[in-house]
Amino acid sequence: MAQKKKKSGQGIGLSPQEYQQIAKQAEPKRNVLMNGIRAYLVGGLICAIGQLVQTGFIEWFGFEKKEAGNPTVAVMILLSTILTGLGVYDKIAQWAGAGTSVPVTGFANSMASSAIEHRSEGFVLGVGGKMFKIAGPVIVCGTVAAFFVAIVYMIFHPELAGGGK
Amino acid sequence: MLLKGRQSWEYDHRPVILGTGTVVGPFEGQGPLSGDFDHIHEELSIGQDSWEKAERALFEEAAQLAAQKAGLSMNQVQFLVAGDLMNQIISSTFAARTLAVPFIGVFGACSTSMLSLAVAAMLVDSGAATYAMAATSSHNASAEKQFRYPTEYGSQKPPTAQFTVTGAGAALLGKTGNGPVVTAATLGKIVDLGVKDPFNMGAAMAPAAVDTIMAHMSDLNRSPDYYDLIVTGDLSKVGYQLALELFAKEGFPIDKTVYGDCGMMIYDYGKQQVQAGASGCACSAVVTYGHLLNRMQRGELKRILVVATGALLSTISYQQGESIPCIAHAVAIESGVN
Amino acid sequence: MIMDFVWAFLVGGAICLLGQLMMDVFKLTPPYTMSTLVVLGAIVDGLGWYDPLIEFAGAGATVPITSFGNALFHGALQELERNGWVGILTGMFEVTSAGISAAIIFSFLAALVFRPKG
Repeated sequence: MAQKKKKSGQGIGLSPQEYQQIAKQAEPKRNVLMNGIRAYLVGGLICAIGQLVQTGFIEWFGFEKKEAGNPTVAVMILLSTILTGLGVYDKIAQWAGAGTSVPVTGFANSMASSAIEHRSEGFVLGVGGKMFKIAGPVIVCGTVAAFFVAIVYMIFHPELAGGGK
Repeated sequence: MLLKGRQSWEYDHRPVILGTGTVVGPFEGQGPLSGDFDHIHEELSIGQDSWEKAERALFEEAAQLAAQKAGLSMNQVQFLVAGDLMNQIISSTFAARTLAVPFIGVFGACSTSMLSLAVAAMLVDSGAATYAMAATSSHNASAEKQFRYPTEYGSQKPPTAQFTVTGAGAALLGKTGNGPVVTAATLGKIVDLGVKDPFNMGAAMAPAAVDTIMAHMSDLNRSPDYYDLIVTGDLSKVGYQLALELFAKEGFPIDKTVYGDCGMMIYDYGKQQVQAGASGCACSAVVTYGHLLNRMQRGELKRILVVATGALLSTISYQQGESIPCIAHAVAIESGVN
Repeated sequence: MIMDFVWAFLVGGAICLLGQLMMDVFKLTPPYTMSTLVVLGAIVDGLGWYDPLIEFAGAGATVPITSFGNALFHGALQELERNGWVGILTGMFEVTSAGISAAIIFSFLAALVFRPKG
């Protein structure tokens, strides 16, 4: 038997650091360039579609430029929710990566997919309780960040703190 | 004497695998081993209204098929040794409710197939059971829902990620009869070399596989050429590569035999988008009980060592920044008549 | 008008590219990537640079998730200017109300109509 005689239970003679080095090198390299190009194309396209929708609301529904953002976002969210429900959004996402998760459509997809998935646990605890599984961090981080930015802003503009009454 | 060395059992009475059941989902039915499974379902939902119920249905079917092929009924089976990936192993427990068999629940994540087979063989060999069944299941959607993201969520999987097999595998063991025999098993220790990425479980599990294989050879005083084939459960491309490197570093002559991995066998890398390969409790179960035992029946294999590997993390341990502890259990199966 | 679409495409794509680099180079998972971008959006608006970006890139700046952070800060700022410090709390969700309400309502409806397909 030509194997190194090892006391049973002695195990692998590598330290965790040494092994993690080897493991890192064995990771197949992500094609950063291709992924980046795909994300750019799909993300840009989704934003261009958003621009189309927004222009539509301004030209045909008479919204002011400032207010057209709201119905535009609502339409994008509706479209994304439908694509999620049809089982199509996740297929596009494997190809497009951040191109589908970064636009607000990704946010809607995260909520719609959670709601649809957890329907089996009922509408209150399942759909209601788990809808924000992925979107929750985004809302919390955004709100907390906006709060701190506002505090800092207020420190630099102390005249605002008293109120414009 | 059942106990051999530090952590292994040698089954002097050589329990026989009297019957097996392997059922899989549609995606596995499109892979290269489709001809080796008893039943391929056409719908991922298995006609059920939740993924969890679907997994249970697969489990029950595999268990019943195994009993049927052994010519026995479930109420002749003393114990069902089983587990799965779901919290509180509900696929196994709810299926055991239907099957109405005394139930020994085990958790080994993706190493459950060989963990349950080793324990079931030990029960039969020691006279603690006349017939014992080992079974496990996994379902791609139920696993994604519990461990990762809702199935319709659009996230891009990295190249190290693995695809959980939808399926169930069961094996019924008895003291005498015709069929392949279980001759030995080595139960693994938990091995953790600090890998934290749950999207790269192959890297986390490879050290456990190597550790158990080396312990097996040492405990039973064997060398790799004793076996025609050694397979790991689901290391897939990345873990398999690392296992080879670890064997080389340890000076272990794995090249004296054919070394493969079930996670790399069940899908067609060219046609099916599975990144690094397959994972899931059912992976090693259906590949072993379906494909490998078929090869053994045809005389292509005489002695194999199946080393199922499991990653023992939970969603909380991962979120708390813990690394992934892993385990591997090895079972030696030989063709033979008892 | 065509230029509006071009700029929307170019700027929107660039923000998505940033997200992709976060995922591929820094190995952040999608929730972490989106959260980082939202925080960035709030900070950029705090510096006063997000509004000009919207003027010039239109949907290229309002569609990516960064605009969510921008909208949260914007709402807080609007009310801060009108009503003083309490406005930070009362105004926060004013601008984003459409988006969040739409997402909740449509997701709920989707759960009524659709089943997960795996």
